[in-house]
Amino acid sequence: MAAIATLKDLYETLSPGLPGAGAAGLDRLRADGYARFLADGIPTPKVEGWKYTNLRDLAGVSLAPAQGTIDSAANTDFDVPSVAPGETHRLVFVDGRFNAALSAVGALPQSVTLDSLRGLIEASPATAAEVLERFPAPKADTGLRVGPNPGRGQALGLVGLNGAFLAEGAVLTVGEGVKLARPVEIVFIATAADGAWHPRLLIDVAAGAEVTVAEHHVARGGGATFANIVSGVRVGEGAILRHAKFQEEAETALHLASVTATVAASGTYETFVLTTGGRLARTDVQVRLQGSGAQTRVSGAYGVDGSRHADFTSLIDHVAANCTSREVVKGVIDGRGRAVFQGKIIVRPDAQKTDGHQLNRALLLSDTAEIDAKPELEIYADDVKCSHGATAGELDEEALFYLRARGIPADTARALLIAAFLDEVAEEIGDEHLRAYATARIQDRIGRLTGITVDTDAPVLGE
Amino acid sequence: MLEIKNLHATVDGKEILKGINLTINPGEVHAIMGPNGSGKSTLSYVLSGRDGYEVTGGSVTFQGKDLLAMEAEERAAEGVFLAFQYPVEIPGVSNTTFLKTALNAVRKHKGLPELDAMQFLKLIRAKAKSLNMNDDMIKRAVNVGFSGGEKKRNDILQMAMLEPSFAILDETDSGLDIDALKLVADGVNSLRSPERSMLVITHYQRLLSYIVPDHVHVLAYGKIVRSGGKELALELEAKGYAEFGSPEAA
Ligand SMILES: Nc1ncnc2c1ncn2[C@@H]1O[C@H](COP(=O)(O)OP(=O)(O)OP(=O)(O)O)[C@@H](O)[C@H]1O
Ligand SMILES: [Mg+2]
Repeated sequence: MAAIATLKDLYETLSPGLPGAGAAGLDRLRADGYARFLADGIPTPKVEGWKYTNLRDLAGVSLAPAQGTIDSAANTDFDVPSVAPGETHRLVFVDGRFNAALSAVGALPQSVTLDSLRGLIEASPATAAEVLERFPAPKADTGLRVGPNPGRGQALGLVGLNGAFLAEGAVLTVGEGVKLARPVEIVFIATAADGAWHPRLLIDVAAGAEVTVAEHHVARGGGATFANIVSGVRVGEGAILRHAKFQEEAETALHLASVTATVAASGTYETFVLTTGGRLARTDVQVRLQGSGAQTRVSGAYGVDGSRHADFTSLIDHVAANCTSREVVKGVIDGRGRAVFQGKIIVRPDAQKTDGHQLNRALLLSDTAEIDAKPELEIYADDVKCSHGATAGELDEEALFYLRARGIPADTARALLIAAFLDEVAEEIGDEHLRAYATARIQDRIGRLTGITVDTDAPVLGE
Repeated sequence: MLEIKNLHATVDGKEILKGINLTINPGEVHAIMGPNGSGKSTLSYVLSGRDGYEVTGGSVTFQGKDLLAMEAEERAAEGVFLAFQYPVEIPGVSNTTFLKTALNAVRKHKGLPELDAMQFLKLIRAKAKSLNMNDDMIKRAVNVGFSGGEKKRNDILQMAMLEPSFAILDETDSGLDIDALKLVADGVNSLRSPERSMLVITHYQRLLSYIVPDHVHVLAYGKIVRSGGKELALELEAKGYAEFGSPEAA
């Protein structure tokens, strides 16, 4: 990557100005991150898990902090996406920078905190460093030493890069037993023509607590920006976290996200990722089910056309017994678009009674659309139920004719079938706000893809 | 209404229809009977415009227009309706979404205003009720998880909603229980009018005692080999198709 030399300059120039610079804990975290990046660099196709997504384009991307053309501190005119307008606790970032004016945290119950990382650091660098270290660290490998394959980990180079510039991000902690009524939203708005941001998102849901989090990544005039997001998630005993990410950036944007989640006994981590923006977008989710009875639901929907690229990579690690995981990822690929699905389920020796299912389906709308699917099961326990399936196909001709034979024009019929295909993923979402929003965003994307507005919201019957 | 002249059609290069001639006047109900594989469904697909059915000769005129020149959706909008022998399951598309989209597309084509959600609901509820279909069935994904008979009723519901001027019923009676058969027949009969014509494909005379045809035709090996009145159905039921020969003879 050509930018490494420049990156050194950048690191040396920017470091002293980052919040909390000089405080021992933070300096060390950043130095570690930088060292890690220098050691691992940007992953190449030779690195396991990166065979199908080539980051060579990163060479031409500006890693300098994005400079919005708009005075984001003063501007409150943005159309800020929301799953429930006016009824969420939200933090907003413009071009990667926390924007207090647009944020609206509102009243939170005691024992719930929602802070911008910058705010936390400015208040107390030492506390911030402590908080940062509390979260599960992404691992380069899974530490599994049985079997032929140590298990793919996350790209520590990217995580290191994120750490080197650690300054922005969001920290949500939900205290024991608290059920937060309103969703939390973390919104990233891109306005800059280029430039990068490296936010850290941390979510800690204590035992018995319950919360819904929606993460948005949108462009309001933004261009070839680069978002390199690292998230740490902890779900406590019996806690429930519903986490949705809506990635809808500009068609020239680059989006790379690494999520590491741990789930304690009987806890539930539900995550949904919609990927419809960016010229290259990858979400890499690792979930460790580490207490008995922990559950996870990982779902994803994507739509790519042109020569865009979407990558959904996941690792579900069944560490403890009696855990269940269910993964459904579906996407639509048109033009010369390309998608990657890599889904691995590991069942460790102690994870008896594991129930793990994975499904990946791709709809190819053109002859030049491409999908690389790599489902993997690695099972080291004997009393388990696991399955995976991957299919790639075209629109069902019979269904298409059935619709047309009722008078529905061909392009509308296609749009309806595409919407139906993706809506099935939205059905995986437990939270109704998130589900309705996901459906609407999917329809919006299909509308832009096909030029047809479909309304799959059946009129409400029965009242 | 419909004039089929010397219609030839192939599927995957194999000639299935070998010169069909049939004229259906407004208000008439014609029945087509015939052995398995004789081309009855093929004829219905050719008339409704399914891809993959290549017309290699002949013509079809519908209400003065060249039917074969139209896309499937245009034919539907012009008033052609096919009740499928095997209605298709469409996961993820609800019956209501499907029918509302279809109805409004057809209305638009006819220059009628589109129905809003409430008007649509009122209409579909009334039609569904007369076919003994409940709210649950009209809300569910199109035909998904429907029993064989429910699928057929669902097709007839679509017909009742779209009010076509020419309906082809391809073995709509197969898989229906006795009560459902009566309901479906009532549904079909209620649509009978001097302006509306039907082509009823069936293997059983029983349906024709409910939907009484004006003419009965035998389609065997790609050709109409005999035509008659409603009594022909009774005769066929008694004697079978042996007298019409074998595929080699055709
Ligand atoms: N895709 C295809 N490729 C080759 N042959 C086909 C194809 N589709 C239909 N056929 C053949 O065309 C012939 C007519 O089929 P069709 O479905 O029209 O018969 P049918 O009269 O409706 O029979 P049934 O009473 O069993 O419904 C059959 O021999 C069938 O095998
Ligand atoms: Mg047939």
